[in-house]
Amino acid sequence: MKFLRNQLDKVKHSFEKGGKLEKYYYAYEALDTFMFAPNTTNDVKGSQIRDAVDLKRLMMTVIIAMVPCLLFGIYNVGHQHFLAIGQTSATLGEKIGIGLWQVLPIVVVSYGVGLGIEFVFSILRKHPVNEGFLVTGMLIPLVMPPDIPLWQVGVATAFAVIIGKEAFGGTGMNVVNVALTARAFLYFAYPTDISGGVWTYLGDAQAIAGYSGATPLAIAGDAVSTGENVVASLNTFGTGWNEGVFTLQNLFIGLRPGSVGETSTLMCLIGALILIITGTGSWKIIVSVFGGAYAMGLLLNLVGSNAYTQMPAHYHLIIGGLAFGAVFMATDPVTAAQTETGKWVYGFLIGLFTVLIRVFNPAYPEGIMLAILLMNVFAPLIDYFVVSANKKRRLQRATV
Amino acid sequence: MGKFIRLKKGFTINLKGKAAPKVVETDQPETFVIKPTDFYGLYMPKPMVEVGDTVKAGSPLFHDKKHDTILFTAPVSGEVVEIKRGEKRKLLEIKILADKKVEFESFKKHSVSDINNLAAPEIKDQLLKAGVWPTLVQRPFGVIADPAATPKAIHISAFDTHPLAPDYSVLFKGQDQYFQVGVDILKKLTSGTVHVNTHATSEISTVFSQAKGVELNKFSGPHPAGCVGVQIHHIDPINKGDVVWTISPLGVIQIGKLFLNGVYDTSRLLAVTGSEVKNPQYYKTYTGASVKKFIEGNLNQEHVRVISGNPLTGTSIGKDGHVGFFDHHLSVLPEGDYYEFLGWITPSAKKISFHRALGLLSFLSPNKERVADTNTHGEPRAFVQTGVFEQVTPMDVLPTHLLKSILAEDIDEMEALGIYEVIEEDLALCEFVDVSKHKVQEILREGLELVQNS
Repeated sequence: MKFLRNQLDKVKHSFEKGGKLEKYYYAYEALDTFMFAPNTTNDVKGSQIRDAVDLKRLMMTVIIAMVPCLLFGIYNVGHQHFLAIGQTSATLGEKIGIGLWQVLPIVVVSYGVGLGIEFVFSILRKHPVNEGFLVTGMLIPLVMPPDIPLWQVGVATAFAVIIGKEAFGGTGMNVVNVALTARAFLYFAYPTDISGGVWTYLGDAQAIAGYSGATPLAIAGDAVSTGENVVASLNTFGTGWNEGVFTLQNLFIGLRPGSVGETSTLMCLIGALILIITGTGSWKIIVSVFGGAYAMGLLLNLVGSNAYTQMPAHYHLIIGGLAFGAVFMATDPVTAAQTETGKWVYGFLIGLFTVLIRVFNPAYPEGIMLAILLMNVFAPLIDYFVVSANKKRRLQRATV
Repeated sequence: MGKFIRLKKGFTINLKGKAAPKVVETDQPETFVIKPTDFYGLYMPKPMVEVGDTVKAGSPLFHDKKHDTILFTAPVSGEVVEIKRGEKRKLLEIKILADKKVEFESFKKHSVSDINNLAAPEIKDQLLKAGVWPTLVQRPFGVIADPAATPKAIHISAFDTHPLAPDYSVLFKGQDQYFQVGVDILKKLTSGTVHVNTHATSEISTVFSQAKGVELNKFSGPHPAGCVGVQIHHIDPINKGDVVWTISPLGVIQIGKLFLNGVYDTSRLLAVTGSEVKNPQYYKTYTGASVKKFIEGNLNQEHVRVISGNPLTGTSIGKDGHVGFFDHHLSVLPEGDYYEFLGWITPSAKKISFHRALGLLSFLSPNKERVADTNTHGEPRAFVQTGVFEQVTPMDVLPTHLLKSILAEDIDEMEALGIYEVIEEDLALCEFVDVSKHKVQEILREGLELVQNS
């Protein structure tokens, strides 16, 4: 390690003020602090000791929380592929192989494009490379369909990082969630590539007879016009090629078509557990998103006017990407409400709007993405009211 | 009847090297220093002595141009050997080479019964002349108390929850009488109550528990329960326009000694603490003592930082520095100027953390005493994580929003968010736990000065 440190020290001076490569200082800083925790000490006045935590470690914790979803996603992409082409004899290795083949390039493109832009901006705008993208770069692949064209991943990532984040001043300043901006960009710019039968990777193979790429959300959406019981339709779906794919139990476990990392409610909950135990993600937001969705589901059950509104409320929690959104997207501290009371309101409204959009807006079968983006925009307003209440308490005390 | 307040939020930093309850008398240090920089609210300190002058304990050393009634006096007798100035000839410190035996300037003595007949102007006059006045700190802003003001209350925190904090029952043992007289004097200066705030779960020294004429409040909970700002917030919060004074028990005792004995007696116990100190214990000395005598030959290693005060709010003074005016506590910690390979991810149970993020295992054994060094453990970043400051601030104040309003220099917003209720020590834990390594205390002081000068 000494050798490495010496090498870094050797080139350090040319990046510092007055050095030849001065303008690339923050690129150097990013590398240096990645390899070695810096030797800086606290000021003469003020706190002489500091907590061992830093932003890198915090972000790494979030990435670890996503690993179960990623691993499960890789397996599931392969699993769904072989089911769809009717090859039931595929081994675990073959499934993982296909999964890796599809997912890894997406991850590489997402990180490559995003970090590239971050470095360029850090040099141009003279701010340190913030670690936020380490998380964003992993979130983006997890919300992509498995056979998304790679160039689209690149374009979406570039759009999200430049327009969604750097335009606002970089990490910590953005208004909307960066990974969801990427997803929303694709959704509106290339709708055909991110809807319909894209949720299973078929490759060059032919789908088995009877195969359908419909999602639980689409089935539930169709129920509005057909009037069929949603649960019954879900239970019978996949007969002949993927028996029981949309049963309650399997929806929870997540062996079903969908975006790479979002299918498994179970894996999301494991991630949630890591975030909550480590204190990195707000449990208030996670709980209140689920609570809001469930409450809205129950309310719709009561006033139920069609087959979709009559779908049991707990189904809302396990179909689509609600769990993934609640655990990994809504909890983004930069774009969420920042006051503790605000977090309850923010999360609850995300859950509520998700179900509302799902059930009443036929144009958008999945509501979580739009609900989170909407609440990202409204989070400052929620905080405004919470902060105003704090000020009011102080003012009242003064006049008593 | 006092209040009993249970605080839940906060974090007690459990460090190795707390002082053993042992008082040692050694030779007194050679030099003592008074630093105008220890006080807030001074405009332009002007020396009243020259190098070579001889002074007694209680002789004036300097005063502030704007508040010329407040005298800052010598803590010991001896010869003025240095008047140190900084940029723009700013007065930094006045150094005294101490006599072997302290001689005192004599002030008016009073018997206990006389004290009851004293009036506020008389009291103020004596406090100002003798140099005890600067022990009174005024909120808002944490500045030297204004002699013309009448505070709505005076608060005394009778325990310290800072890391490595000295034990007040050792520090003030046997000072019951002086404390009582000090309190009696203070009562004449306020229109309201004198509050003595004690710790609910540890044994309270009789100095405090037997004090008469005060409201004895009890607090429980982790640090910053011992911070007087937090206590005021829960007992009788500061609103716009309010003036509240705070004073340490040491200051109260000095007031008592001044009126009973007629001297400015700054003798005090100094807790020498920290993981790098061989024998952490208490030493008998005076205000502004040179630290050399206490740490020479008493260190485990030489690469250390010597801090006047506690590790959260103290000031690094160097191995040949002098203890600050308000401090009765010295912390010696290992200096943290080292690189650590992949230090941002390697798991560790040794490093102290309020967080439980990946690899930070100190939360598993919170009662274990740990060694903390002065490394920043990371580099400054934008505000990202939310809700952490709130977890260590047991007040109805929103630290993140307050700090942002200061960064935006929005004075109305600072006022509305409660800047009058806090000074550095109340939010020092925020600086400690901050993931993005902001200089919270420095930012807060900038805000306080902005509001004060507006």
